[in-house]
Amino acid sequence: MAHAQSKYFVPKPSYWPLLGCIGLLTFFVGAAHWLHHVWYGPYLLFLGATIVIMMMIGWFGRVIHENRTGLHNDQVDHSFRWGMMWFIYSEVLFFACFFGALFYTRLWSVPELGGELHPITHILLWSDFTAQWPLMRTPDNSEFTGPASLSSPWGIPALNTLLLLSSGVAVTIAHWGLRHGKRAVLIGGLIISILLGATFLFCQGMEYHAAYTEHGLTLDAGSYGSLFFILTGFHGAHVTIGATFLTIILMRSLAGHFTADNQFAFEAGTWYWHFVDVVWLMLFIFVYWL
Amino acid sequence: MTMSTQHDAALEQPHPNARRSLAGFLKHWLFTTNHKDIGTLYLCLSLTMFFVGGAMALVIRAELFQPGMKVVDPDFYNVLITMHGLIMLFAVVMPAGVGLANWQIPMMIGAPDMALPRLNNMSFWILPCAITLLASTILMKGGGPNFGWTLYAPLSTAFGPPSTDFLIFSVHMLGISSILGSINIIVTIINMRAPGMTWMKLPMFVWTWLVTAFLLLCIMPVLAGAVTMMLADRNFGTTFFDAAGGGDPLLYQHLFWFFGHPEVYVLILPAFGVISQIIPTFSRKKLFGYGLMVIATAAIAFLSLTVWAHHMFTTGVPLGAELYFMYATMLIAVPTGIKVFNWVATMYRGSLSFETPMLFAIAFIFLFTLGGFTGVMMAIAPSDYQYHDSYFIVAHFHYVLVPGAIFAFLGAIYYWLPKWCGRMYDERLGQWHFWLTFIATNVTFFPMHFLGLAGMPRRIPDYALQFSNFNAVASVGAFIFGFAQLIFLYNVIHTIRSGKKATAQVWDGAEGLEWTLSSPPPYHSFQTPPKIAP
Repeated sequence: MAHAQSKYFVPKPSYWPLLGCIGLLTFFVGAAHWLHHVWYGPYLLFLGATIVIMMMIGWFGRVIHENRTGLHNDQVDHSFRWGMMWFIYSEVLFFACFFGALFYTRLWSVPELGGELHPITHILLWSDFTAQWPLMRTPDNSEFTGPASLSSPWGIPALNTLLLLSSGVAVTIAHWGLRHGKRAVLIGGLIISILLGATFLFCQGMEYHAAYTEHGLTLDAGSYGSLFFILTGFHGAHVTIGATFLTIILMRSLAGHFTADNQFAFEAGTWYWHFVDVVWLMLFIFVYWL
Repeated sequence: MTMSTQHDAALEQPHPNARRSLAGFLKHWLFTTNHKDIGTLYLCLSLTMFFVGGAMALVIRAELFQPGMKVVDPDFYNVLITMHGLIMLFAVVMPAGVGLANWQIPMMIGAPDMALPRLNNMSFWILPCAITLLASTILMKGGGPNFGWTLYAPLSTAFGPPSTDFLIFSVHMLGISSILGSINIIVTIINMRAPGMTWMKLPMFVWTWLVTAFLLLCIMPVLAGAVTMMLADRNFGTTFFDAAGGGDPLLYQHLFWFFGHPEVYVLILPAFGVISQIIPTFSRKKLFGYGLMVIATAAIAFLSLTVWAHHMFTTGVPLGAELYFMYATMLIAVPTGIKVFNWVATMYRGSLSFETPMLFAIAFIFLFTLGGFTGVMMAIAPSDYQYHDSYFIVAHFHYVLVPGAIFAFLGAIYYWLPKWCGRMYDERLGQWHFWLTFIATNVTFFPMHFLGLAGMPRRIPDYALQFSNFNAVASVGAFIFGFAQLIFLYNVIHTIRSGKKATAQVWDGAEGLEWTLSSPPPYHSFQTPPKIAP
């Protein structure tokens, strides 16, 4: 690490950010066209996603290169740390939005429609609706048919909790290995962590399949389905991102990039992974269990 | 040469306006990581979109000049009011604030640049992409979005035109730009201050941006979630906002206004910061009550996260909720009032001069306070039952936004442009611009208070005959306002190209690190941190 006097590294002009913008625009335009059943929608979406991924590889690759050539001093390291923390904070708020929607629906709109809070709504609208959660029978069950059944929270969901918690432990052990120079522990811990995360995703995939084919729990199965899939769906997406992050960290660890005082990216990966784990705990408690 | 000067020399780039090929010009502006360049880009985008959104306003006012549908058809009118709102908020005021932040924050704290300069570039260039996507919705089959900038379900979910999905993705992009930019601003202020630039020495403009960036990180993800739920309701059969499936249209309103209320503080807090810079300079007196100003800024931001349902008083929320939100909203007037008192106290017994920035700042204090008064009126829930969705509301928010945010940012440009480009603007043209704008603003928006109290609803393309006169007056004011801005445009361009050379100090009462740099400042300033007096 360069000494404290050295200058804060200000990068040269770069084309990666603009490429990212083009990728994002292409992705979103493709997504909108796909939703409107325009034939080239999916192609634009995948093209946009590819451009964004290429941007990430190029840009992060550049940052890694700058780090490897000693251009980052402690102050730059602090910028990255603060940046990652505030980014995770914004992600917490993103999930908070959906949890807010969950609590509102469970504590207000469903009971209100069922007449448990004030009678008038229930009398005027769908007076044969009974409030229940999970919402197996929606107010207008012919329009939005609720799920026929749900899987037990103590089956795969509980297993998933165990998988992610163990994965968090594994990545912490890997971090210990890094700090104490024990390479086998570092690599082994990362591999186990990633495998556990991948297993989680596989199990979630199986759950989704069962939900659609066996239980009638779909996106359009009323508010329970809507909230279930948007919360667990975005969570799964974030697990995928986190597992990818950890895989790259594994590759960099294999290449010997990290030392006790040059480990920001490793720590950022573990922070993100723990964040994803905490969100899952909230999901398990408030979506599956209670 | 020493190591550091060699390094500096290597980083020196030709002046942005140096003669260059077209390819070189494009590459410079597309790939720049320099906070000054990126600040300029944000400000140019903002000014351009100001005229676009303004043109929409003039079409709206042309339609409202007389009763009867004379200019546009009603559905297109709804598209105009929607796009006018979205553009003014997301493509004018917010980019202007970020542009000022980019130019000023590193210079004010003695930093070489923003903490994450490449990310800074992306935060900017997302905006033209997002705005193009947003504007393109007007041309799409089925028409542009026509449900107001607030995008309420179920009008947007069940009845929105196909372009709504494109609008949603545009909002996603705008949100990403804001989130990345805010992370950058927070990290810059925390980590890049020169040694000796302690928290309680920070200029107020930096404090207000720190708080604003924090607010943005709290609210933009919630907006993203809300419009994602909207997208799902439209395309995937979900029922977040549909009671038939157990959802509630009001859920959308709660989520949107959890974003929407702090959003308006995002629009005004940087303006507060600008006023706190301008008033002391032209009063030749330190800002009165600096510590309380910092606390008041934080209090306003914190409170703003807790008052969202005052936009929903008439939707049938429970009485207890109405009472809570009423009291909490009225509470925000306290720290805001503290700020107004402190600005006035700064001027008291100061050695005042009335150059154009000061004129805009003083007008801000009076007129923003007026807008704040109507805000307190609306905070009183039973009264709001009368004001809600009337032109009284339109008057309120235009007072806090136009003689509020816009005046502050216009003042900021007059104040800092000589520093940025090293040339003084034409003071006479500045005065003409100010007085025409000031008079026109009041002619346009003051009658709207009466229209609202007399019962004119908002978002209507035609109105009952009794509202004719004041509407005609407002429309005349709007056109004067619009054309007055051309004076500003001319002044800015003329100044940059051939204004009189400015000194480093520019304004004799100005204090702060940015005034220690030359005018224009070096392309890379403070590569070695400045010495800051204890």
